Amino acid sequence: MAETQEILEGAMAVAHAVSRCRPEVVAAYPITPQTHISEELSQIVADGDLNAEFVKVESEFGAASVICGASAAGARAYTATSSQGLLLMSEVLWNIAGMRLPIVLACANRSISAPLSIWCDHQDAEAIRDAGIIQLYAEDNQEACDQHLIAYKVAEDRRVLLPAMVNLDGFLLTHVFEPTIIPDQDLSDQYLPPYEAVMKLDVNDPATFGAFTEPDKCMEGRWMVHDACRRSLPVIEEASAEFEKIFGRPSGGLLEEFHTDDADIILVAKGSLSGTIKDVVEEMRAEGTKVGLMRIKTYRPWPEEAILRVIKDAKHIAVIERGASFGAGGVMTPEIKETLFDAGLQIPVSGYCVQLGGREVPPDGIREIVDRAAKGEKQTAYEYFRLKEDILPDLVPGA
Amino acid sequence: MSKELLSTEKLSIGCVAPPAASMVNKTGTWRTQRPVFKNEACIGCRACELACPEGCVFEDPEHTHVLEGKDREVANRVFDPDFCKGCGICATECPVDDIDMVMEEK
Amino acid sequence: MASDELFDYSDRVLTPGYTSCLGCGEALAMRIVTQAVGKNAVFTNCTGCSEIFTSRYPTSSWAAPWLHSLFENSAAIASGVYYALKHKGKLEGVNVIGTGGDGGTADIGLQCLSGAAERGDDLLYCCWDNEAYMNTGIQRSSLTPLDAATTTSPSGKASWGNDRPKKDLPAIMAAHHIPYVGVGSCGYYRELPKMVKKALSYRGPKYLQVHAVCPLGWRSDPGKTCEIARLAFETGCYPLYEIIEGEMKAHKPPKGGWKPVEEYLKPQGRFRHLFRQADGEQQIVRVQALAAENIRRFYGDDEVPDFAKEAEKKVADMAEPQEAEATA
Repeated sequence: MAETQEILEGAMAVAHAVSRCRPEVVAAYPITPQTHISEELSQIVADGDLNAEFVKVESEFGAASVICGASAAGARAYTATSSQGLLLMSEVLWNIAGMRLPIVLACANRSISAPLSIWCDHQDAEAIRDAGIIQLYAEDNQEACDQHLIAYKVAEDRRVLLPAMVNLDGFLLTHVFEPTIIPDQDLSDQYLPPYEAVMKLDVNDPATFGAFTEPDKCMEGRWMVHDACRRSLPVIEEASAEFEKIFGRPSGGLLEEFHTDDADIILVAKGSLSGTIKDVVEEMRAEGTKVGLMRIKTYRPWPEEAILRVIKDAKHIAVIERGASFGAGGVMTPEIKETLFDAGLQIPVSGYCVQLGGREVPPDGIREIVDRAAKGEKQTAYEYFRLKEDILPDLVPGA
Repeated sequence: MSKELLSTEKLSIGCVAPPAASMVNKTGTWRTQRPVFKNEACIGCRACELACPEGCVFEDPEHTHVLEGKDREVANRVFDPDFCKGCGICATECPVDDIDMVMEEK
Repeated sequence: MASDELFDYSDRVLTPGYTSCLGCGEALAMRIVTQAVGKNAVFTNCTGCSEIFTSRYPTSSWAAPWLHSLFENSAAIASGVYYALKHKGKLEGVNVIGTGGDGGTADIGLQCLSGAAERGDDLLYCCWDNEAYMNTGIQRSSLTPLDAATTTSPSGKASWGNDRPKKDLPAIMAAHHIPYVGVGSCGYYRELPKMVKKALSYRGPKYLQVHAVCPLGWRSDPGKTCEIARLAFETGCYPLYEIIEGEMKAHKPPKGGWKPVEEYLKPQGRFRHLFRQADGEQQIVRVQALAAENIRRFYGDDEVPDFAKEAEKKVADMAEPQEAEATA
């Protein structure tokens, strides 16, 4: 059965892709810019096109809790959120990871208050990066759709059994119309069979979920979450290979190599910003600059082996982030540095926060970053790129 | 499936615990006082059985007593020393004062 | 009979060996309620005494499937379980029971409980009301009664203890127009199974609050747990009732008549300061006035004993000097 491409808003496309996954319990609470995903899903259920319980929860915390209970009872469950909602449900998501429940959620990445902003950056998802939740990042709407199927397949794999989060940039993907193939239902059913829980709440086979552990055991319980997350690396690659086999087009995987083979300067980024970066890379390549982009698709687990294979021969690496660790430096930047350090490689790394709260970095900004790397500029600290100092007040009031 | 995957010796995936495994914990060792069921005036009202938070008071149908002046055999009540914490609720609840609390011996 | 034949726990939903304190009213309430529900149920719990003393890995007391997630989401995970079982057609003869203490239900858990009730989710939520955050060491909750000493509402030269009356959580639940709201007590243990069966005969959200004496937190004699619980009702301090399909059915009034609140307060160390500090009697009068209001609300003005009405008059008089000052 031939699949067709439609021009769809990102959020709508994602909703239909989720529907192909046949979730049994969907709980979602409105928050810009994710809301269209939930609205479209609820319409799909209302139209009888998806046999699922759509639960009208009282908050994102409620949404995550409802799907926690549903998954523990053996149902495939789903939610979608952003920013404040992700933080509100973060307590539950950590709990879900610890209990090894394979739920999937979408995060339409959005800046975190204060000040309040509805526009995109990655601080929301990055804030929970330590929880052991698998994190995939989409560059475009097609990937956002495909990654949902891959997410369930990986999450529910017995080698993994962890929650998985598909990140798509708020507004930049959710509200943008792109030609997208919604995976075919029959192919999806082939790729993703019904969820069979290893253990579940069952009156015929009772068990106790969520017991407390004392210090003599707790560390091992927590380590198992880390271990499962690490174990998901080959599972993600397998799931992506199988996706290509069944759907006839490549998708997923750990990272994308764009003109990195002989690159002297390698840019590192994740999410939709990669689109802008790729345009600049192509332009600058045509001018003779040996620059490439390594796009991180799987952020957690951190795919250090795959990353090293790509960047080991670079002369300079520039990490272009939509996030930061306030009071310290970047998020991916130190992780790239750690990967290089552990491999004994002394390649200079520059780290840039190019935007927080949705102000997009234009192509000439990316070009400037490449030029600075080409000049051999040694950065001493994570840089907030093109910060508008003229609108900053006295930083010490009344000084 | 749970029985193969859950044990009390090792952790399980997600730290799921096996059901009904608490009886190894003999809370009877906590006691400083113990009930004495005299089984003389007991009318079989079951207050002691119902009000025990541990649920460790039982009817002992093989041992009975006859109430003074009545033609009725009433089953004795006994407590499970493995779990009785010696709280004294049974003694308070007994409507006919048939239960005493005494200091536990070593 | 061998002792393992005599001491047969095989039918229990909660197997003994749980580490509740001596004389724990919550353990008593839980044992009776869960036994009345039976093993064909999925139970959820919030963090608190009831969770801690029954689920130390790996010695769980739960013979039925049980899920604990966080402190504040027992009702929401119960909803999730309900929706999953409903979707899979596995609800036939199976009940979903959410449980939690007063802290995890009335305060931090109220959002999730309200959501479940508003959605009409078919589950019974049981709140074990021991009137404080006991598991963390006796801190004040919104269900802590007036003048009770807790570690975050201690008595002292500048304090009579908790300065607010109990939040009327059953009324909040009744305002969701759910088919069953019940308020029971660990002191009336014979009535609890009937309340459970009544609740479970309805489809939709049900709420059962059970007054649970905490000898440790209330500083009372563990052997007197049930007696003190009954005194709470007999003094009017803790009304017991059911609201069934919107209709109020109050517990029958105490046989020997309503008792003065001192009889309830005296055996508890958490009210000891009312009997020791100067002017403590004025606070006891306030507690008596609250009890009078309770009796009137559920039984009518004629039921309110004279000594209770006198307390109300005294409270009104105590308020006047402040008004006089304001207008002077």
